[in-house]
Amino acid sequence: MILTGKVWRYGDNIDTDVIIPARYLNTSEPKELAVHCMEDIDTTFAAQVADGDLMVAGKNFGCGSSREHAPVAIKASGIRCVIADSFARIFYRNAINIGLPLLELGADAANIGAGAVLKVDLASGTVEDTVTGRLYSAQPLPGFIRDIAVCGGLINYVKGANHE
Amino acid sequence: MSMAPKRPMTMTEKIFAAHAGLESVEPGQLVRCKIDLALGNDITAPPAIKEFERIGKPVFDKDKIVLVPDHFMPNKDIKSAGMAKTMRTFVKKHQITNYFEVGRMGIEHVLLPEQGLVAPGEIIIGADSHTCTYGAVGAFATGVGSTDLAAAMATGETWFKTPSSIRVELTGSLPRWVSGKDVILTLIGQIGVDGARYQSLEFTGAGVAGLSIADRLTIANMAIEAGAKNGIFPVDEVTNVFLTGRVKKPYQAVAADPDAVYERTVAIDLSTLTPVVALPHLPENVRPVKDVPVTLIDQVVIGSCTNGRIEDLAQAAAILDGRTVHPDVRAIVIPGTQAVYLEAMAKGYAEIFVKAGAVLSTPTCGPCLGGYMGILAAGERAVSTTNRNFRGRMGHVDSEVYLASPAVAAASAIMGRIAAPGEVMA
Ligand code: SF4
Repeated sequence: MILTGKVWRYGDNIDTDVIIPARYLNTSEPKELAVHCMEDIDTTFAAQVADGDLMVAGKNFGCGSSREHAPVAIKASGIRCVIADSFARIFYRNAINIGLPLLELGADAANIGAGAVLKVDLASGTVEDTVTGRLYSAQPLPGFIRDIAVCGGLINYVKGANHE
Repeated sequence: MSMAPKRPMTMTEKIFAAHAGLESVEPGQLVRCKIDLALGNDITAPPAIKEFERIGKPVFDKDKIVLVPDHFMPNKDIKSAGMAKTMRTFVKKHQITNYFEVGRMGIEHVLLPEQGLVAPGEIIIGADSHTCTYGAVGAFATGVGSTDLAAAMATGETWFKTPSSIRVELTGSLPRWVSGKDVILTLIGQIGVDGARYQSLEFTGAGVAGLSIADRLTIANMAIEAGAKNGIFPVDEVTNVFLTGRVKKPYQAVAADPDAVYERTVAIDLSTLTPVVALPHLPENVRPVKDVPVTLIDQVVIGSCTNGRIEDLAQAAAILDGRTVHPDVRAIVIPGTQAVYLEAMAKGYAEIFVKAGAVLSTPTCGPCLGGYMGILAAGERAVSTTNRNFRGRMGHVDSEVYLASPAVAAASAIMGRIAAPGEVMA
């Protein structure tokens, strides 16, 4: 799948408490969560993000709690893919499990700035900055993690895998 | 009979191999493992239940699912009451054995070890990032998301990428008023909040024997704050004393092979440690208390899954005994479970706290995640024995949380500023 979208840029160690503060966790409704997504570090995001936009960040994106509400909020806000230098592990598996694509780009992530427009090929892990023309490549997903992503998330995968 | 030599393994690798039905595993290997326990709470279980219903299968084992309403409990508002009700309905429908109702519950990671629900050699997943706490008793325990929990409740299995391991070599013994919290904060200060990302922190060395189970639980609890998948301690005499009479199920403890391969070793001499705090807004901003400039505070929280055990309250009580909380400070003490609460009463700590002018709460996560029971206003500062000081964690985005041990928190409550226990307890 090829995605093209505008970049929302954040720094290192973006934690789940800023992605979706705990004070809003008395609901798990994706649309309600999306309204407060990122608000503690960026009050413009929720109002201005457009369907199809992309998020790019630095190291250890999604560190902190195990709340799946974090990738759910990002996905419901319209973001189609999160690209980062690296991801915290629970966020990584949660995003895969709920069908929010991620690409781990390593140090190259630093070259992508706010407002850039990227063309992302999820299958190959190729990322193209359409303004500068620069190309980056991320590791594609390994083994059955890719199968989970291809099924659209873990629940579909489990439903498909258990026939007894 | 001769066999090919088996790959030497770390504790985590051994537990993975045993649960994946493999002779051995190595870092990076994707494995599907049987699990021994799956945990959820009032925030993470409701979405898991919704996903579970979509799978359309029964629970894999009603005795191996634990559900604890602890985050916004007793119900803080109408929405959280609804989430708790979702959980309760599920528990009744599937006859889940290990559900702990308000009045019998506690903060999950204090409760499960206390109740003997976690044992060495097990694989425990929880839809809560501090599930890694149970590594203190030699289990592999890690946090997952709600969808993972849903799938595990249906299949009794989950997937992992085998982590590489960092050996944390502990030597010496802790000085007075220095505890497990100072050990883990010091480690996080050294390696950073992503210093162990995707990795296992395996604690070893002669210093382990001198650490109580309470200290080990506190240390393993915050492995996630270094980005680790899990933290794990060897099973020794101290562990066995703790488990005896508590864990009623059979279990198989593992030990690391002497020639197991670690990615690196971090050495900590416990006898050199001093009381520390982690400054806002990351747990890696660690400084010795004595190097922190005068920092006035508005609130102190003593409790949470990190420091809500009786040993933690004992430290705080020793310091608060006969003293009073500073007039400008609200001090909130939260026993981790009902049993801790009872013991705090029996030992006189409850009276010490109340006489000192502190609030003594029913067990709850409450303020730790900015839920309720002690939310900070803009510009306010708290010293807290919890585990995260992220921006807005305990309230307003312009409030500040300083992480510390119960001893430092109690001393700070009295002084009205960040203070070392030694300043109060000459
Ligand atoms: S006490 Fe805090 S960190 Fe621990 S489980 Fe509760 S909210 Fe999470």
